[in-house]
Amino acid sequence: MIKKFVYSQKVAPYVFVLPFILIFLIFWFYPLVNSFVMSFQDKMLGQDPKWIGEANYSKLLTDKVFLTAIKNSVVYMLGTLVLLIPFPMLFAVMINSKLMMGREFFKSSFFLPALTSVAVAGTIFRLTFGEMEGSLMNSFLGLFGVEPIKFLKDGEWSMAALLILACWRWTGVNMLYYLSSLKSIDNEYYEAASIDGASAWQKFRTITMPLLKPTTVYVTTISVYAGLAMFTESLMMFNGNNSPKNIGLTIVGFLYRQGIEKNKLGYAAAVGIILLVIAMVINLTQLKFSGMFKKEED
Amino acid sequence: MNNFISRIVIICLFIILFVIIMIPFYAVALSSFKPGESLIRYGLNLSLDFSIMSFDNFIYLFTGEHDYFVWFWNSMTLTIVQVVLTLFVSAFVGYGFAAYDFKGKNFLFICVLLIMMVPFEILLVPLYSLINDLKMVNSYSAIILPGIANAATIFFFRQYLRSIPKEIIQSGRVDGANEYAIYFRLIMPIMKPSFAAMAILNGMNSWNNLLWPFMVLGDQSKFTLPIGLKTLLTPYGNNYDLLIVGSFFSIIPIFILFIAFQKYFIDGMTAGAVKG
Repeated sequence: MIKKFVYSQKVAPYVFVLPFILIFLIFWFYPLVNSFVMSFQDKMLGQDPKWIGEANYSKLLTDKVFLTAIKNSVVYMLGTLVLLIPFPMLFAVMINSKLMMGREFFKSSFFLPALTSVAVAGTIFRLTFGEMEGSLMNSFLGLFGVEPIKFLKDGEWSMAALLILACWRWTGVNMLYYLSSLKSIDNEYYEAASIDGASAWQKFRTITMPLLKPTTVYVTTISVYAGLAMFTESLMMFNGNNSPKNIGLTIVGFLYRQGIEKNKLGYAAAVGIILLVIAMVINLTQLKFSGMFKKEED
Repeated sequence: MNNFISRIVIICLFIILFVIIMIPFYAVALSSFKPGESLIRYGLNLSLDFSIMSFDNFIYLFTGEHDYFVWFWNSMTLTIVQVVLTLFVSAFVGYGFAAYDFKGKNFLFICVLLIMMVPFEILLVPLYSLINDLKMVNSYSAIILPGIANAATIFFFRQYLRSIPKEIIQSGRVDGANEYAIYFRLIMPIMKPSFAAMAILNGMNSWNNLLWPFMVLGDQSKFTLPIGLKTLLTPYGNNYDLLIVGSFFSIIPIFILFIAFQKYFIDGMTAGAVKG
C-alpha cells in the first residue's frame, strides 16, 4: 500500500525534491528565521536569550567600526564591478576574434588562478605585498623609482591589494562566462553590419554588448553577492580578522568578530540581516532594471 | 595591414596578461626552494639566487614532523565524500524539477534561486548555533550536510535535464518501469557529462573551502588543507618553510584534475550563466 503510494506518478516528484525541501528547511530556512529572531535578542552561545527589541539595530547604526566595515565592503564590491566586468568582456571579445592565436592556451591559463584556494592565494598575495623593499610588488615599483609602500598598513593601498587579488583570481572566470555567450551570437548580425559599413567599435556597441546582456546581468549579480560577502580574502591578507585601524574589515568580518570571536550572537545576527537586506535590495533593483524577471519564470 | 597590426597588439596584450597571471605561481614555485628565513626577510620575490636554493623544504615536507599529510588526506576524503553525496542528491532533486509538473514547483524553485542569491555568510552565526545544538561541532557531517542539496548544482542539473526528450521517460513508463527505475536506469546514464562537470566544480570548491570548515573544526587532527595552511601563520611564529612548499604542493592535485578534465571544467563554469 505504502509502496504503491510512493511509486505513483503523483507522489514521485515530491520524493525527488524531498531532499531539497529538508535541507532547505533545516539548514537554510530555520537558521534564517532564527537569525531574524536572534537579532532582537541579547544572546550568548548556550545561554537563554533576552529580548531587547531593536536595540541591536540602533546600536549598529551608530557603531563606527560597523560603518567602516560597510564602507570597505561596498568600496570593494564597486571596485570588483568596475574591474571585473568591462575588462573580462573586452578580453573575451578579443580572444574570440579571428585575429587571435593560441585561444585554448590563454583560455585555460587565465582560469588557473581560480583553482587556487583563498588560503593559498591570500598567502601568496600577502607575501607579494610585503612592505620590504625586496618583496615582489615593491621591487617592481622600485624599478620606476617608487619608494617601498606599506601596502597592508594603509587603507587605500590595502584595498588596492585586495582588488588586485580579486582581479587575479576572477578575470579568467568572468572571461569564460562572456566567451560562452559570445559563441551563441549569430555571425549574420556582424555580416549585415559590415555591409552597412559599421566600424568594429560600432559593432561592439550595437550588437555584441546588447546580446551579452544576460551574461552581464548574471556576472553583476554574482559580483554584488561575492563583493559584499567578502571575508576570507581579507582574513588571509591580514593574517587574521584584525587589520590595522580596521582597514581590511568587511561586513562579514565584523559579523564574525561579534558572533564568533566575542560570542555576541544577537548583535552578529542583526549584522547578517542588514547584509541580507543590502544584498537583496541591490540585486533585486539590478534585476528589475535589466528586465530579468519575466524570463526567469518559464 | 590594419588586421596585421591589430593581431600583433592583441597577442602582445594577451602575452603580457599571461605573464602577470603566472608571476605569483612562478614566485611560489621559486620560493619553495628557498629557506623560510628568506621569505621573512624579503617576502615573495623573483630573484634566482642559487646559493640559497635547495630541496630542503621538499625533504622537510615529505619527511619532517608535521601534520601536512594528515590535512591532505582529510581534504581528500572530505572532498570525495562531499562531492559524491552532493552530486547524488542534487541530481536527484534536479530531475524532479526538470521532469515533472507538480503543485508548489514554482514556489520551490524560487527557493532554489533565493539560496543562490543570498550570501551564505549571513547564516554563519545561526548555522553555527544550530550545529552546536545538534552536537555536530567538530564533525565532517556539519560541513557536508548543509551543502548536500546544493542550489547551484540543482539549478545546473535542472537546466541540463530540460533538454532531454520527454519520450525517454514516456517509453520507460510504457515498458512498465516505475518512476525511480526510469531515473536510475534511463536518465542517470545520459547525465554522465554533466556529472563530470559538476564533480569537478564541486570538487574544486570543496578542496579550497576555508571559512565554514574553519569554524566547525576545532580538532587539529581533523583540519583540512586550507585550514592547516592558515594555521602555519600565527602571531607567535610563522612556519614559512612548510607554508610555501605546502601551498605549492596543494595546488598540484587541482591542477592535474584541471588539465585532465579541462573541457568539462569550462562547461561546468559556464552552464549556469547561459539561459538554456
